[in-house]
Amino acid sequence: MIRVNDLRRSFGDLRAVDGLSLSIQKGEIYALVGPDGAGKTTTLRLLCGALQPDSGHIHLAGIDLQRQTEQARALIGYLPQRFSLYAELTVLENLRFFAEVRGLPAEEWHPRSSEILDFVGLGEFADRRAGLLSGGMKQKLGLAAALVHHPKILLLDEPTGGVDPVTRQNFWQLIIRLLRQDVAVLISTPYMDEASRCHRVGFLQYGRLLIEGAPSEIVSRLEGRVLELVGTPRRLLKQIASDDPQVQNAHSFGDRLHLRIAAGSAETVMRRLGSAIAAQAGSIERLRPVKPGLEDVFLDLLESAHAA
Amino acid sequence: MDELIVEARDLTKRFGDFTAVDHVTFQVHRGDVLGYLGPNGSGKTTTIRMLLGLLLPDEGSGTVLGYDSVQDTEAIRSRVGYMSQKFALYDELTALENLSFYAGVYGVRDDDRLFQVLELLNLTALEGIRAGELPIGWRQRLALATAIVHEPPLLILDEPTSGVDPIARRAFWDLIYVLADQGVTAFVTTHYMDEAEYCSRVGVMRRGRLLAMDTPSALKQSALSGMVWDVHAEPMLEALEMLESLPGIARAGLAGDHLRAITDRTVSARDLQARLAGCGLQGASVVQIEPTLEDVFLALAGE
Repeated sequence: MIRVNDLRRSFGDLRAVDGLSLSIQKGEIYALVGPDGAGKTTTLRLLCGALQPDSGHIHLAGIDLQRQTEQARALIGYLPQRFSLYAELTVLENLRFFAEVRGLPAEEWHPRSSEILDFVGLGEFADRRAGLLSGGMKQKLGLAAALVHHPKILLLDEPTGGVDPVTRQNFWQLIIRLLRQDVAVLISTPYMDEASRCHRVGFLQYGRLLIEGAPSEIVSRLEGRVLELVGTPRRLLKQIASDDPQVQNAHSFGDRLHLRIAAGSAETVMRRLGSAIAAQAGSIERLRPVKPGLEDVFLDLLESAHAA
Repeated sequence: MDELIVEARDLTKRFGDFTAVDHVTFQVHRGDVLGYLGPNGSGKTTTIRMLLGLLLPDEGSGTVLGYDSVQDTEAIRSRVGYMSQKFALYDELTALENLSFYAGVYGVRDDDRLFQVLELLNLTALEGIRAGELPIGWRQRLALATAIVHEPPLLILDEPTSGVDPIARRAFWDLIYVLADQGVTAFVTTHYMDEAEYCSRVGVMRRGRLLAMDTPSALKQSALSGMVWDVHAEPMLEALEMLESLPGIARAGLAGDHLRAITDRTVSARDLQARLAGCGLQGASVVQIEPTLEDVFLALAGE
């Protein structure tokens, strides 16, 4: 549904998107994650035609975005990070505005508006002024506006920042219903737990994909390389762990330490830490391999990229 | 370890007919790294402002380091390291000048302390760069530096990681632990539920009310009345629809290349498999997993 080949876009000296290729199927949700400035928002803007690429190709449902811009754009719903509403207009009037911008004929927009407001759960607020909506409701109205013209492709730029988890939960239920209607969804998110819900995740840095795949595939790269260590005194444990030659990183997680270790060293490291901690009168309550998270893998990639 | 550092008793603040903070009671002890979690607008900042004596409570009271939040505000402010949501830095001043300015505000005369702080937070190489030119992750670090220049025993950090990418957020929490290991107590607000995992204790705020406060593992055990499962079944979206229709399912959703379901306590892995098979879906794999803090939040919110 979305096919991107070798996409490039620079701003002056900065290569915001640098040879990016992506392919997303219908009914699939794909998450773009990465540090600030990695090119996530630029990618979404290129995909919705708001920005022109320096080179590369974007095909949406087989239509070339550069050549048949209007037809391609008609397929896209885009929810930018900062979504602007008309605070003085009601929910319905806002939606009507977006419908008209999208060229929806007058006889279609009214039934579609009520349908889409019911879909996002704003049906009973149709006459409320947009300025009086809560954060979560504004976000739903943003989604409704992005969906008003039945897009086949939905681009979401950090849609759930700071909203109530209950609203986020509802938001995800809506996304699942769209996936069932074969919509392809590309989302950028700062939440790793949100990324791990998506079919595939791409980790972007310097405008390039460092890795992509299903969340379980990605975390399997670090299988057996993250240990959890709990015990006392915490400072001593952290010191001993950090000094171990095969421990690459020791992070504090509340009352636990997470250690990232060299491949295949779990047994050795556990044995060595056990005796070193005992020798210094520390005590271990728990020392075991745990399941790595997406974040562990991305940190590992970033650090190996820096080291190289 | 049990020394009381912060106490809130029935703290309440109303703005017109909106109750921003509603009878909030909790304690923070020495050495805690407390995460005060909640969505935007749930009352986190208002709680902090009352504790620091910047805002008068309508009801209730608070103490910080043994000082009363209404009576002894001067004593509190000189002893707390506070970092506000909008990092209060002077863009035109260099990193070192910003730090030196705050040192003056707090009456720190010792210049060695400035360099010590820069080194502790890995900012030494950036001392001559103007704050306005620093990327957000480094601005955040510098804001932390200005908050600790007077060696406060308590740090109150209001959304320090907001708008910062996950990698920089993780690095920032490492810094908080560097300070915690030196005996500092930290009170940190965040709207990132996943950051709860970094905290030794977690308070969960919603709509002005403190829903719970405990260690992350205790919250996971106590707050959730059900069980959480990873379900691998294909085709996924159809399997999800079936899951949602099964008895005993509280919630089901996507989890990458598989599904995640929350059931009540009566459901076993075998039940789930059998029920999915009953819908025509053979060979589903079902494994019980740990709940997340988001699950806890949803359970506490009662929805």
